[in-house]
Amino acid sequence: MAGLGGGPAAFGRCTHAVVRALPESLCRQALRSAPGPDVDFARAEREHQLYVGVLKSKLGLQVLELPADESLPDCVFVEDAAVVCEETALLTRPGAPSRRKEVEAMKKVLESLNLNIVEMVDENATLDGGDVLFTGREFFVGLSKRTNQRGAEILADTFKDYAVSTVPVHDSLHLKSFCSMAGPNLIAIGSSEAAQKALKTMQQMSDHRYDKLTVPDDAAANCIYLNVPSKGHVLLHRAPEEYPESAKVFEKLKDHMLIPIANTELEKVDGALTCCSVLINKSSEL
Amino acid sequence: MTTEVGAETEVKKDAEQAGAGQAKDKPDEASRTTEDEKSRKASSEEPLDSSSVPVPTSPSSQKKAKDLSESKGISRFLPPWLKKQKSYTLAEPKEEAKKKTVREDQVIEAGDCQLPEEAPQPERSLKGAATEKEHSAKAEEKEEKRSVSSAETQPAKEDGKEIEVEKVAEEKEEKQVEKEEKQVEKEKRETKEVQTGEIKAESIPQKSPKKIKTVQCKVMLLDGTEYSCDLEKRAKGQVLFEKVCEHLNLLEKDYFGLVFYESSDQKNWLDPSKEIKRQIRSLPWLFTFNVKFYPPDPSQLTEDITRYFLCLQLRQDIASGRLPCSFVTHALLGSYTVQAELGDYDPEEHRSDYISEFQFAPNQTQEMEEKVVELHKTHRGLSPAQADSQFLENAKRLSMYGVDLHHAKDSEGVDIMLGVCANGLLIYKDRLRINRFAWPKILKISYKRSNFYIKVRPAELEQFESTIGFKLPNHRAAKRLWKVCVEHHTFFRLLSPEQPPKAKFLTLGSKFRYSGRTQAQTRQASNLIDRPAPHFERTSSKRVSRSLDGAPIGISDQSLLRDFPTARGGPAGDKVLDIEGAGQAKLKEGSREENGSPVKTPQLELIQDGKSSHETLDIVEEKKQAEVGREEGVVIDETNKGKMQVATDAGETCKVELLSKKDSSSLPSDSSSSSSSESEDEEVGEYQPHHRAIEEVIREEQEEEEDANRKKEHQEKIKQPVEAPTEGSKLNVPVEHAAQVAAEALAQENAVTVATEEKKVSEEVKQDVGEEKEEEQLRLNGDVSHVDIDVAPQIICCSEPPVVKTEMVTISDASQRTEISTKEVPIVQTETKTITYESPQFDGSTGGNAGVLLSAQTITSESISTTTTTHITKMVKGGVSETRIEKRIVITGDADIDHDEALAQAIKEAKEQHPDMSVTRVVVHKETELAEEDEE
Repeated sequence: MAGLGGGPAAFGRCTHAVVRALPESLCRQALRSAPGPDVDFARAEREHQLYVGVLKSKLGLQVLELPADESLPDCVFVEDAAVVCEETALLTRPGAPSRRKEVEAMKKVLESLNLNIVEMVDENATLDGGDVLFTGREFFVGLSKRTNQRGAEILADTFKDYAVSTVPVHDSLHLKSFCSMAGPNLIAIGSSEAAQKALKTMQQMSDHRYDKLTVPDDAAANCIYLNVPSKGHVLLHRAPEEYPESAKVFEKLKDHMLIPIANTELEKVDGALTCCSVLINKSSEL
Repeated sequence: MTTEVGAETEVKKDAEQAGAGQAKDKPDEASRTTEDEKSRKASSEEPLDSSSVPVPTSPSSQKKAKDLSESKGISRFLPPWLKKQKSYTLAEPKEEAKKKTVREDQVIEAGDCQLPEEAPQPERSLKGAATEKEHSAKAEEKEEKRSVSSAETQPAKEDGKEIEVEKVAEEKEEKQVEKEEKQVEKEKRETKEVQTGEIKAESIPQKSPKKIKTVQCKVMLLDGTEYSCDLEKRAKGQVLFEKVCEHLNLLEKDYFGLVFYESSDQKNWLDPSKEIKRQIRSLPWLFTFNVKFYPPDPSQLTEDITRYFLCLQLRQDIASGRLPCSFVTHALLGSYTVQAELGDYDPEEHRSDYISEFQFAPNQTQEMEEKVVELHKTHRGLSPAQADSQFLENAKRLSMYGVDLHHAKDSEGVDIMLGVCANGLLIYKDRLRINRFAWPKILKISYKRSNFYIKVRPAELEQFESTIGFKLPNHRAAKRLWKVCVEHHTFFRLLSPEQPPKAKFLTLGSKFRYSGRTQAQTRQASNLIDRPAPHFERTSSKRVSRSLDGAPIGISDQSLLRDFPTARGGPAGDKVLDIEGAGQAKLKEGSREENGSPVKTPQLELIQDGKSSHETLDIVEEKKQAEVGREEGVVIDETNKGKMQVATDAGETCKVELLSKKDSSSLPSDSSSSSSSESEDEEVGEYQPHHRAIEEVIREEQEEEEDANRKKEHQEKIKQPVEAPTEGSKLNVPVEHAAQVAAEALAQENAVTVATEEKKVSEEVKQDVGEEKEEEQLRLNGDVSHVDIDVAPQIICCSEPPVVKTEMVTISDASQRTEISTKEVPIVQTETKTITYESPQFDGSTGGNAGVLLSAQTITSESISTTTTTHITKMVKGGVSETRIEKRIVITGDADIDHDEALAQAIKEAKEQHPDMSVTRVVVHKETELAEEDEE
């Protein structure tokens, strides 16, 4: 049944995933919050292919893969272009002007899935999907350099069933740069002061009490939780080679099927695991 | 910054001074509480003449003053006809009668009930000749005085009565019944305005049937039908509510309530414990039956019929846009509605448009209807009750489920919405939740004028409680919000309702408390429901939906509105609900407000109700009513009235809390009557959520406990400096002494006091300020006897232990908060300085000189920056009558105010007001509170 995601039990259900190939322009032109080592494109591609492979082969999702666009160096980070919840998709207006066109391809693919599409046309609004945390019960929207109040308002208008609370984000690119859902009712959160502060805010704003999973590394707190019918709780998290301490924390989740995925190259340009896909739960009959 | 001046004035007057004529000559003489020497006869019917003198003001200002004064307390009880007549010159007998009314009111209040307006009659007969005597002297007195004099004059006989207040009250009741007829005829013109005391409801059996006036009452039910019944005019809300629930066959009724609308978006809950008439004033007897407390888990309701009514409410909420939901949810909920009402989808019966008769959403589309049909087909086999349950299971997850929204502005004037729900208070800005305060986090909820405040416990790592203020459109809105908060907190968080606070001496504000059952109680009760599931028909949605097309929420039957032409000028049909602001429950149009007149109506009524038909009377003045709990038998004298005129535009003072705390401890009073505390105009209200006993919050409980302790300490600290001087001067004679047996004992104490004073006058030597400091401290702690000069007050400075005050920060936005927190420099530098101008200090050495306390009264007035509380105690001691006046002046304001000057002015005024009295003691308590200055 459709209503309100079918409740918390259905959280993480997912049938489709939208991903996009990396353009070569990513190495030099992708936006990055801080200068750092160059991206090894070949390695980045390999990592990405592994990521897509897990979604497709291991988890059995229908993966819709968009081609890379060299004029859009950040286009691999599809998450920022759309927020999909249940049958409704909100096409965003990314905070970085250079990324606005990424939405076009996203729109097409979402339309092909017959979702109710809402576009963010307000020119004063900006919203990156990376700032949107959906917990299954409510939304938290990070107010960051990329996302503003107006963008959050439009999101609230789009998903009227849910409370939408705003969380200030200062020290990192996105809200989900240091947190994500690691299970129904379970928030994975980094240990940094900023992350903990944001968590406090979220806890205060919510009528609901979430469990939290604190990991030592902020970047590792970005993971992907899926509820796959045949496999139960599935968690894609950063590899132990990258964040050994955080990986240990994930390994304590006994109920979860854990899938470590390396993301070393894209991380150099602020990419996290959730950034590279838009997950959609398409109930077939309706 | 607050400077508190407690100026105690000892007044001794001889009989000669007390003459009425003389009184007239002293226009400005305020709390002139003179005692006739004749009062030595104290024992009985000799009414003491204490006349206060009219302030020479223009008639209008006098009226104003009157209004103000009335709003202070007892005068609220004055029947409207009385108030109305204020502007006329009255015949003596009448005047006298009114005077008695006032007194009667006091008396009866003490007995925990209100006296109906007919009171004057019996009283008059009681008084007989004695009062006649007075008439001549008083003929020219303005009415304002009446309240003064009557309250001040408490002949011994009265005292006797008061000791057995309740009995007396009853007697009067009966007499009143007898007299009523006469009265009615006599006062024909006014009777229709008469507001009856609650007591009447209780005494119905005694009344002759003739007296019972009934009113037709209409209630819009959730299924769109109308229920009418006849109600006794003085019936309480409960009576109507019970009738409606009975009509609906509803047992789990505590989740519901009756609503009346002052205007489209001014939704008021009918208080079951209070008279309907008093609540609705001039509004039509038109109510709407609504869900008041949305159960967070409807599956825990016992009966299907209860769930059904909840469904009906939610369907209204959804169709009107008050409860926003997505397209998919609209369709899903709609499909359950259809299933519940029509049963399984039947292709034969359910043709293409069967669905359009329903309204599922404020903006229903073809597409949505198709979706509903599609979903309807999938519900095959669901019984109506199951469909309702499914409906509720989905609806309860909506984020705005059960959230009662109120428009407000934050400290920066930004429009926000405050949402009250089962869990606490939610703050929204443009549909976004920007903050949330769970009940356990809230220490206190209060309102003052149009401001609404919550005091929240310190966050982790923070040391200070913060108080967050919001600006509501007007004070009634602030009070409404406050009440809703009090009710929601009580209902959802407590095991049993809190007792209404005792009336406290000088207590400011509303004593409103939720009086119904809590959720815990109602659940318990419904476990005991033992009846076969009642049969009921689910046929309403179509009707509801049709009427909801345009009608204002809750008033879905247009015909009803037509019955009340005054309530509403235009047709409601084409008005649209403000669904734009998704999540905003505001009804923009479509109700009584449109044509303007209804809006006026309540105000006008207010005025009439309040006192006179003086049209220019501002609501602000009305608010003054709450300044002093009416139970106190408050009397307003001329002087104070003068001040109160100023008070009309009084600046905001945030000292309420402090004051009431102080009062609560130093000046207890038993005269509270929970039922009489209603006034829509109470300017302030305070509520400290006690989080006792709810299963899921044990951990929080503990925190609260600690916090409560901390808070207590905190309060105590605050209390101390304020209280001490009062104690020292023994002037905090609770008002109710006049009405209690204990009065005698106290009177003795006072007599002692007086005697001492006489002896020691003028022995005082001026001392060095430094020394005085210590001395004062000593005295504060140990009540060391101390003697002062009568006329030239000595100055004593005293430093109190510093009081750590609450930091006053205004943050309404949690996101801002995180930023601000770094800036939050704890403000601990609260300076508490107590300067005492000392006069007689009494000890018990001269004891044994017993006196009789004749009366005690309190007057409060407020002006821009000062609040003056005058406490008058009157007693007879060995043939000499003695009046003691204590004035407490609270000067509140920013740093800009020259406190010394204000103080000097206050003292000067006091002296002017009582030229023939002597100022014996002035206590200055000065408090600097940096943080609070941010507030206004």
